Amino acid sequence: MPTPKPKPKPKLAVIKLASCDGCQLSLLDCEDELLAVAGALDIAYFPEASSRLLKGPYDVTLVEGSVTTAADRERLAALRRESRLLITIGACATSGGIQALRNFQSYPELARSVYAHPEYLDSLATSSGVAEHIPVDYELRGCPVDKSQLLEVLIAALHGRAPRLPRHSVCLECKRRGVVCVTVAHGTPCLGPVTQTGCGALCPRFSRGCFGCFGPSDTPRVQALAPVLASVGATDTDVARLYGTFNVGAPAFGDEHRVRLPVVE
Amino acid sequence: MSSIRTLSPPFVLPRARLDDLFERLRARGYRVIGPRVRDGVIVLDTVKSSADLPVGYTDEHAPGRYRLRRRNDDAVFGFVVGPDSFKRTFLVPVQRLFRARRDGDRVRFSPEPVDTSKVALVGARGCDLAAIETQDEILAEGAHADPFYVARREAAFIVAVSCSESRSSCFCTSFGTGPRPTRGFDLSLTELLDGPHRFLVEIGSAEALEIATELGLSTASEQDQGAAAGIALRTSRGMERQLDTQGLREMLLSRLEHPHWQDVGSRCLACTNCTAVCPTCFCVDIVDKSSLDGESHERTRQHDSCFSADYSAVHGHPVRNDVAARYRQWLTHKLATWIDQFGRSGCVGCGRCITWCPAAIDLTREVARLRDDVSLETDP
Ligand code: SF4
Ligand code: SF4
Ligand code: SF4
Ligand code: SF4
Repeated sequence: MPTPKPKPKPKLAVIKLASCDGCQLSLLDCEDELLAVAGALDIAYFPEASSRLLKGPYDVTLVEGSVTTAADRERLAALRRESRLLITIGACATSGGIQALRNFQSYPELARSVYAHPEYLDSLATSSGVAEHIPVDYELRGCPVDKSQLLEVLIAALHGRAPRLPRHSVCLECKRRGVVCVTVAHGTPCLGPVTQTGCGALCPRFSRGCFGCFGPSDTPRVQALAPVLASVGATDTDVARLYGTFNVGAPAFGDEHRVRLPVVE
Repeated sequence: MSSIRTLSPPFVLPRARLDDLFERLRARGYRVIGPRVRDGVIVLDTVKSSADLPVGYTDEHAPGRYRLRRRNDDAVFGFVVGPDSFKRTFLVPVQRLFRARRDGDRVRFSPEPVDTSKVALVGARGCDLAAIETQDEILAEGAHADPFYVARREAAFIVAVSCSESRSSCFCTSFGTGPRPTRGFDLSLTELLDGPHRFLVEIGSAEALEIATELGLSTASEQDQGAAAGIALRTSRGMERQLDTQGLREMLLSRLEHPHWQDVGSRCLACTNCTAVCPTCFCVDIVDKSSLDGESHERTRQHDSCFSADYSAVHGHPVRNDVAARYRQWLTHKLATWIDQFGRSGCVGCGRCITWCPAAIDLTREVARLRDDVSLETDP
């Protein structure tokens, strides 16, 4: 009897849109597990890591970066067709990234203030997350993503199960780890109560307030957090800045950013 | 107040010999866990000697606010409870349950061994002891005894401390759980600061009596006993916060549709801090992790909270989407349905959920607001 052919390894593609490459680097940063990942998956398209670029279809596609040009949108539509599972990685891909700050200003004015010849620009007026344009299977939050969450989505994809990506607040993670609450004990403004877990409570572990890099939690009570931030001395401008970072493109954070922005006369 | 269950007349321990007690505990194989200062807060952690304790420190509490302060004396236990409770020792926040490995066409399970290492808890307050008793009923004695909890609990020696002062979040007197420990300890200390710095030592177990004998402690005088009783009385009388427990269960369960739930729901962050710091909350989530090659697997459980959306997920979707409904779940479980389940209150009056709620939500105030509204009173 002929021996059965070994099952072909699932093909992985890693695609980049408007981003800093930090999330892709998190994959290369999985030092201990990287060989195992390379052994389990056929890394078919990953320009950051290899010049061997295979065509689709792909079994798993990781998309980093936000949508900022019409070309991005077209590329995504094609990618979606040739990807069995499409997973967005990082704040840029999930909510538009820090570059979504432009959504809160006049695009032509902004372009003029930065570029001597804005007429050469071919970009959209807004920066947005991938899920606004195509259906996405799973989203990995963070700026950058968390290594163990990245491995979890890959492992889940390999075994055909849903990944475990908890959506509760950072607070629960602080308390599990015995991290002291920086708001209650130190009077430090912190977005932990409205931010999704996943980072291992990195900032509060170093007595810093969370600045929301994992984006809104399952129940982001930004309005209820407003008096709390005010009570520890955060002004409207401070609050606008707090929310005006990597996930300003997420509606819960972006709306609060807009409301708190100082009115320019 | 219920009488104190002790095995012998009390002893007296000079402050200068507190380290001898630590030394005795260590000689008997105990790792000592007690209060110590970390990041501006009194937490519970391993302590080697009395120098590690928050000597000369005290704490200020208010809803949503905690600050550490210096005292103008060298009191060793001149503060109340911090964010940690001994729940972290017995029902640890993250517990591996088993590992599994594929072995040919079989799966081999290796259950996680229970932890039987001996731990001495120093500084458990009256409310802490009541919380331990509450969790014991559920996790050690009930139909669903948990081997991990039981093993740790059986290996524990408890050194309680009577509270010389209360803080504004405390309301143990409403539940009769404090300020003076009456049961559930091996050894209980009352710090006496008048005259020579010393502790009244009450004995709750045979092992504690052995230790007192090994230390050669002298019997406490009538005055010392009187001083300790006086301190407890003064602390009780000084307690400002109160929760009216009269008919509390019926009151809450008759107001499940009260508009006030929406009011508190609008202020609540659904952040989970109250449940996480509560020494009686016991909810956990099960987490499965598999390896990349699919050959091995491990299951852990970790603290969870009824304030997170996925806690109430049924078929992938939360049934308690509304934060008001989550707050109602928490408050009615603590103060009403816990009684139906376990025959006692799920709250012991420690005040942790008040101090550590970033939104300064105070359950005693919410209960008073619900109670004050007589318009919804249902006829019995
Ligand atoms: S604590 Fe907040 S800002 Fe810091 S890494 Fe985590 S999610 Fe990001
Ligand atoms: S409900 Fe609050 S006061 Fe009552 S035992 Fe829990 S943390 Fe302490
Ligand atoms: S109040 Fe919530 S977290 Fe606490 S024991 Fe009850 S259901 Fe569990
Ligand atoms: S009551 Fe306070 S601590 Fe509890 S979930 Fe609401 S805001 Fe958080």
